[in-house]
Amino acid sequence: MSERQPIQFRGGGFDPVPRRSLPWVVFAGLIGLWQLASDTGLLSPLFMPSPLAVVKALHALWIDGALVGHVVASLKRIVPGWIIGTAAGLAVGLSMGIFSAARAAGLPIVSALFPIPKIALLPLLILWFGIGEPSKIATIALGVFFPTTISAYTACDAVPRNLIRMGQSFGLPGRDVVAKILLPGAMPGILAGFRISSSVALLLVVAAEMIGAERGVGAFVLTAGSLMQTDQLLAGVVLLSILGLLIAWGLGRLERAMLKWR
Amino acid sequence: MPLHVEGVSHRYGTLETLDSIQLDIADGETIALIGPSGCGKSTLLGILGGLLQPSAGRVTLSGPAPRDSLNPFTYIFQDFALLPWRSVEANVSLALEHRALPAVERRERVAASLALTGLSEFASAYPKQLSGGMRQRVGIARALVVRPAVLLLDEPLSALDAQTRELLMEDLLKIWAREKSTRVYVTHNLEEAARLADRVVVLSRRPGHIREILRIDVPVADRSRPEHAVLLAEFQRQLWALIRDEAATADRELQRV
Repeated sequence: MSERQPIQFRGGGFDPVPRRSLPWVVFAGLIGLWQLASDTGLLSPLFMPSPLAVVKALHALWIDGALVGHVVASLKRIVPGWIIGTAAGLAVGLSMGIFSAARAAGLPIVSALFPIPKIALLPLLILWFGIGEPSKIATIALGVFFPTTISAYTACDAVPRNLIRMGQSFGLPGRDVVAKILLPGAMPGILAGFRISSSVALLLVVAAEMIGAERGVGAFVLTAGSLMQTDQLLAGVVLLSILGLLIAWGLGRLERAMLKWR
Repeated sequence: MPLHVEGVSHRYGTLETLDSIQLDIADGETIALIGPSGCGKSTLLGILGGLLQPSAGRVTLSGPAPRDSLNPFTYIFQDFALLPWRSVEANVSLALEHRALPAVERRERVAASLALTGLSEFASAYPKQLSGGMRQRVGIARALVVRPAVLLLDEPLSALDAQTRELLMEDLLKIWAREKSTRVYVTHNLEEAARLADRVVVLSRRPGHIREILRIDVPVADRSRPEHAVLLAEFQRQLWALIRDEAATADRELQRV
């Protein structure tokens, strides 16, 4: 060949490029479109109130203290329910991860009960514990227990066996193998499980509050719906979204603090 | 510490991996174990250090383990086996923490071991920040900190690139000149065997039995001298002639699932 041809570039693309402002622009754009549709009468204020109306409703709820009251009522169910479910789930799941006998005994039960939508058990739990707080907390604890159990023992399985053999080869006693190798090695999986269990807790608190509660964000959303107060209803939904984001953010911080080595 | 492998056999279920291994290892000797892949050399190393149980035979020591050794049989692993959540220093100190040892002495031992392997300035680094060669140096420092009587090396350089391997081999030779342990070195690299070992034990393919034990008459410390180059090359050729056909057969075997 006498003529020199430059080689055509054919790579590029398919690489995630960070675009910091784009998400915000899209978000604001969608809200803007929604507001525009409301202003022009395209959306009926009864069935789909404007973003501004939702913000106003949130503001009003904040002023009269109802917002704080409902959120606190929900948190008083989520927090103890999540803690009880997590503690029990870790105890059972880690035992299943460490002891083969516990695995053999627990796995069929956990596998059989895990797929049950836990909200279906609320009526039974109400019969056991009454209509008050304990039945709701128990529902959340049950819902949290199963994913936590599963993530705990799978996290133990994910710890490379050669690290355990290494510990044994240096004469580490069994409890040190667990405390210094197995548990820290399982921590990433356990923390990832917290993300799942916290979203389960949020889902169940709303469902439980819709079935039988006077306070709480779930009850508030249900009441607003039956009174056709859609702006209040959406304000409640926005609150739930903020609550979920805050929990995810907190767990992200926890992961970064505990898993610095990654 | 003289070590005796007395008729050791091993099987995984119905799969026979080792067949009546008989071997006496002298105090301070370095033995290389070579053989085609899947010949059970790593299994034998696991039995030597008490991580695997032989299905027949036993491993014995003549004489008591040295008193200053905290962990007479100590491994250096192919994949380093470092805890990623512990710093270099903490990885080395893991080997001592469960021993009755004053904290001061523990710190001194860790510092000395890090200095010996050239890791002092990386004491607070985490494994993921280190190159493969530095990671294996941590593995070596962790093994030396317990003053092992028998050092069991399971393909310690196979996960490293050729240049790093060369550097670490030089380091190992330097360290071994100062530290008197008995060593069993599993490798598939014939050059490593020819350069590091007093005797090379050639295993057959599965079920592994000893085909040949070859002694290299040049002292390990002198092997890098140019006048021995021909002899070592000839020795490597001899090793390859012993395992070539079996390595080819092993290569064409279906893997266990």
